[in-house]
Amino acid sequence: MNSAKSTWTRFIDSKYSTPAILITILIVLDSFVWWLNIPFIEDICTVATITLIMVLGFQLFMGNSGILNWSYAGYIGIGAFASAIFSMTPEFKAKQIPVMYEFLVNLHLPFPLALIAGALFAALVAAVIAWPLMRLTDSVGAITQFALLIVINTMLNQWQEVTNGPRTFTVSMGRITDIWLALFVAVLVILAVFWFKESSVGLKLRASRDDRYAARSSGINIIAVRYYGYVTSAFIGGLAGGLFAHYIVSITAMAFYMGEVFVLLTMTIIGGSMSVSGAFFGTLLITVSQQLLRQLESIVTRSGFEASGTTDIVLGLLMIGFLALLPNGVTRGKELSLSAIKRFLRIGNNRQKQSKGLDQKPSN
Amino acid sequence: MSLGIFIEFSINVLSMGSLYALIALGLVFVFGICQMVNFAYGEFLTVSAYALYALGTFTNLPWLMVFLLGILAGVSVAFFCELIAFRPFRGRSLEALLVTSFAVSVILQRSFQLGISPRSRAVPIPDFFNQTILVFGVSTPIRNLVIIASSIILLIAFVLLMKKTTLGIAMRGAAENFTTARLMGVPANLVILAAFVISGFLAGVVAIFWSAKTGSVEPMVGSGPLLIGFIAVVIGGMQSLPGSVVGGFVYAIVANVLSLTLPTTLLSFRDAIMFIIVIAFLVLRPGGLLKGNYQEERVG
Repeated sequence: MNSAKSTWTRFIDSKYSTPAILITILIVLDSFVWWLNIPFIEDICTVATITLIMVLGFQLFMGNSGILNWSYAGYIGIGAFASAIFSMTPEFKAKQIPVMYEFLVNLHLPFPLALIAGALFAALVAAVIAWPLMRLTDSVGAITQFALLIVINTMLNQWQEVTNGPRTFTVSMGRITDIWLALFVAVLVILAVFWFKESSVGLKLRASRDDRYAARSSGINIIAVRYYGYVTSAFIGGLAGGLFAHYIVSITAMAFYMGEVFVLLTMTIIGGSMSVSGAFFGTLLITVSQQLLRQLESIVTRSGFEASGTTDIVLGLLMIGFLALLPNGVTRGKELSLSAIKRFLRIGNNRQKQSKGLDQKPSN
Repeated sequence: MSLGIFIEFSINVLSMGSLYALIALGLVFVFGICQMVNFAYGEFLTVSAYALYALGTFTNLPWLMVFLLGILAGVSVAFFCELIAFRPFRGRSLEALLVTSFAVSVILQRSFQLGISPRSRAVPIPDFFNQTILVFGVSTPIRNLVIIASSIILLIAFVLLMKKTTLGIAMRGAAENFTTARLMGVPANLVILAAFVISGFLAGVVAIFWSAKTGSVEPMVGSGPLLIGFIAVVIGGMQSLPGSVVGGFVYAIVANVLSLTLPTTLLSFRDAIMFIIVIAFLVLRPGGLLKGNYQEERVG
């Protein structure tokens, strides 16, 4: 009994309780929504779970490296189109996009493989172009990523032989992604993102964010750790894009542009860009407030006032407010762990015991 | 290449280049002093364009008044953005400033959609702007010549401002080294506010010519000039005022040459090509063509 108790105590005090808590919340939430069986809510919840994957991948690079990663929306788009092209049957593709290249038409993989292939393709694109870009930080880095987003978007939006150009790209006749698949991938991604943050590369990346020069003089190859982070982030983005494409079913390149970056940024910043828990609760909070605001919007619009677009205005104001007053978001840059909860509730009988979790990390 | 085509090409490049130079100048004034990439710059221009639309449509003011008030609208929106949205972030990370300006940009865009209309509105333009005249045997709209003339006047005025006045010298000092300039008694708030006011003024001037060219205004109209400004600024040099002017002209030349030489199938990829050039510049020559006092910290 004694040893079991100590294992439990060690678990409570360890940082590994964070993914456990997040995954538990997510599974309970999604199962509850599935049990409710209201299509409208299930729809919101599935999209939210997919969005969570996007935000986690976004946070993985932006949170750990401190570089504002505009191009991320582009990788979501690449993953969406690539996985769709892999999963569609040749006959369906030929009918939908008559101008498509012959070799693309003949590509075909079963759905789960197509999803992974799409994500791998997004990561491949990132791996090919990212190395020289990883030298740049601050304003120059942000403009570079911004320019890259425009390049990717122009390609997706104009390359008729691949993406059907600016027209809608129909992936299939019915939804392929369901809430369980989204949940399954989200659980894996939470584990992966958390593992990345705690891994040697993640630690080095965070060091390079906090003090570039100290990190370099400690022998960290900043470009290399940024590169690994960026490519991993692109992979997760591509995965989320694939899930999204197979859920929404008809996609256009413009869905993966500035608007998408704006939403992801709001979620990451309001949750707290420095922690995985921040990405998680940011997604949750913003999804709920978005839905409430949209309901309000449509009520107001029905009563005669044009109100569409108010949601984004409120989110933008929220984001500025948070940046000014709570720059590390609702989580204050910390991870939610059992020991943090315990300390918060003041029920622990060993309060003098130092936690080794990340919650000790000072926020800047 | 016949002489006529050459003259037409030159007039196009000169008028587009002057306009782009003004756009880039507005971005660089703010970037040089605060190191801030201002994503809301395009919306300063949109506000001015909407002011032109409202004044031109609903009032009978003379054109000069309409233009002046339109520019004033750009100046005031820049002024208030600095005061309300950007000042609280002074001294914070560049990312925070950048994200704030992006949020301000989205907020303003959505407000136009909500408050005015998501669809485009026709901006009334004085007739003489679109009349054509013959220049060396080539007919061209008068507005092209007006753009060239007004940007020459403005550039001279800015050179005098920066070289001769106390404010200009203070601003140059602040762009060189903000901390030292403050230690020398340069008031930070004043200098930054002045940079924003000038940025808003330039946005207002650009709005006149931009609306004259397109003839309409819609909530997203600012994004085109913003992207052009980014390209020109990066090519010319992010820190240098003359660099941004050079960048504007280089962009005009490259864009015109691409439009003439690219096969039509590739023409839709022009933006992608332009931004690949931008990325190449950032990676290989981040100081731009004219380096200024470029001091970006990079690793590796």
